Amino acid sequence: MMNQLVWLGQSGIENLRQLGKTGLLLFHVVFSPPHWRKNFPLVVQQVYAEGVLSLLIIIVSSLFIGMVLALQGYHTLAKFGASQQLGPLVALSVARELGPVVTAILFAGRAGSAVTAEIGLMKATEQLSSMEMMAVDPLRRVISPRFWGGFISMPLLTMIFNMTAIYGAYLVGVKWLGVDGGVFWSNMQSSVEFHADIVNGILKSMVFGVAVIWIAVAQGYFAVPTAAGIASATTRSVVYASLTVLGLDFVLTAMMIGEW
Amino acid sequence: MPENLVEISKMSFVHENGRIVFQDVDMVIPRGKITAIMGPSGTGKTTLLRLIGGQLTPNAGQIKVAGQYIHQLSRKELYQARKRMGMLFQSGGLFTHLNVFENVAFALREHTRLSESMIRTLVLMKLQMVGLRGTWSLMPSELSGGMARRVALARAIALDPELIMYDEPFTGQDPISMGVLVKLIRTLNDALGLTSVIVSHDVGETMSIADYVYVISDRHVIGQGSPGSIISNTSGELQQFIKGLPDGPVPFDYPAVSIEQDFLQGSAAS
Repeated sequence: MMNQLVWLGQSGIENLRQLGKTGLLLFHVVFSPPHWRKNFPLVVQQVYAEGVLSLLIIIVSSLFIGMVLALQGYHTLAKFGASQQLGPLVALSVARELGPVVTAILFAGRAGSAVTAEIGLMKATEQLSSMEMMAVDPLRRVISPRFWGGFISMPLLTMIFNMTAIYGAYLVGVKWLGVDGGVFWSNMQSSVEFHADIVNGILKSMVFGVAVIWIAVAQGYFAVPTAAGIASATTRSVVYASLTVLGLDFVLTAMMIGEW
Repeated sequence: MPENLVEISKMSFVHENGRIVFQDVDMVIPRGKITAIMGPSGTGKTTLLRLIGGQLTPNAGQIKVAGQYIHQLSRKELYQARKRMGMLFQSGGLFTHLNVFENVAFALREHTRLSESMIRTLVLMKLQMVGLRGTWSLMPSELSGGMARRVALARAIALDPELIMYDEPFTGQDPISMGVLVKLIRTLNDALGLTSVIVSHDVGETMSIADYVYVISDRHVIGQGSPGSIISNTSGELQQFIKGLPDGPVPFDYPAVSIEQDFLQGSAAS
């Protein structure tokens, strides 16, 4: 009993210590004034590495998600004679929920894991230490560009996800299942509100972006510098980021709907 | 100008896991000389370099580098101080996404506003010093272990530091690479007027170029002096290390319960 209490206390203190370290890392990244002359090209490089290179998985996934959503939605709506509401169903599901959440989870798997592994390997091969000894702060040179690259990429990827998913639904609903194209688009336009649906979806994606990339850089930076340590940090990065996104989604949705 | 570039007094350091690495260690690194810090594996030689470089903070005592107490500096002042230091890491620590040229140019691009042609000239000069000018376009993955260390050396001297620290420079090197590194460390120290600190457990090579030697073991300095005086020292601990004897004051066996007790216990976990 006593041992279990000791273990509980120790692991609680250890978790709080890790949280504190991770919080300080975020503080340094957000509040250290960046050297824009030197850092801007690095941020652009990271937008390419984290955003552009994630495009394939985002486009393919969103196209199929939109197609499946249209197929499932059409058959359910048709039972009630409401197949004309396919456009709003797809657009609202994608813009409010699926777009930001699925993009964030895919982003965590594709870009977050790569960022964690890269930073962890740089640590294991003493690249971060040698940078420090060359009087170059790795937080500014390595961590910060990756953080801002992820922060910029996530909303852009979410917008691309939304557009492609809706286009996938259009292909299935209009071109295949025979819903009228004009009805599909006009019902969508009249049901979707710019602020409540689109902007809130993008806001969600920005919050998810910060969470995913923060977890990714922190896991890499504090990884145990061994092969097993980096493997476990990469796994933790994806698992923690996915769970955080799902938890945050509930909180944000409750806030946006006005229940809080 | 003070005679000693680094002065360590009454320094103690405890690792995060609670292991005491150093206890009341006193050490001075004279300016312009090659000082070797030797000792068995796991005695904290690399930790000592990280303490001098300000990457770690001692739990007690003082470390003074070029007249400044390194662990009392602000983050900004510490980074300023590090511009006057170079460190050669055991693995080289080359940036794997940059080629040899960009690796050596890294610090110059970060800390100076020199023109591209000036950076090119300086990088090629540094590479020429280590005999690898011809490799400027290669990626680190295309270099042998010895070549990678020489490129890392060129990078470490890019900003013309006062102090250069070598972490196990000879480990895992073939005899030719070892000979090249030994010659380079001595030549660069004398030609550029550097102060060099070598951390190593390769007795022969290190003794051949060092001006002064410290031997550390079990948290303390167990011997110091010129290479000749260390070799002729009669202390059992020093002789065991220098001659590479498997047993002696540093025991062959890791501390454990008696073998009978271990076998009778049944399982290792219990």
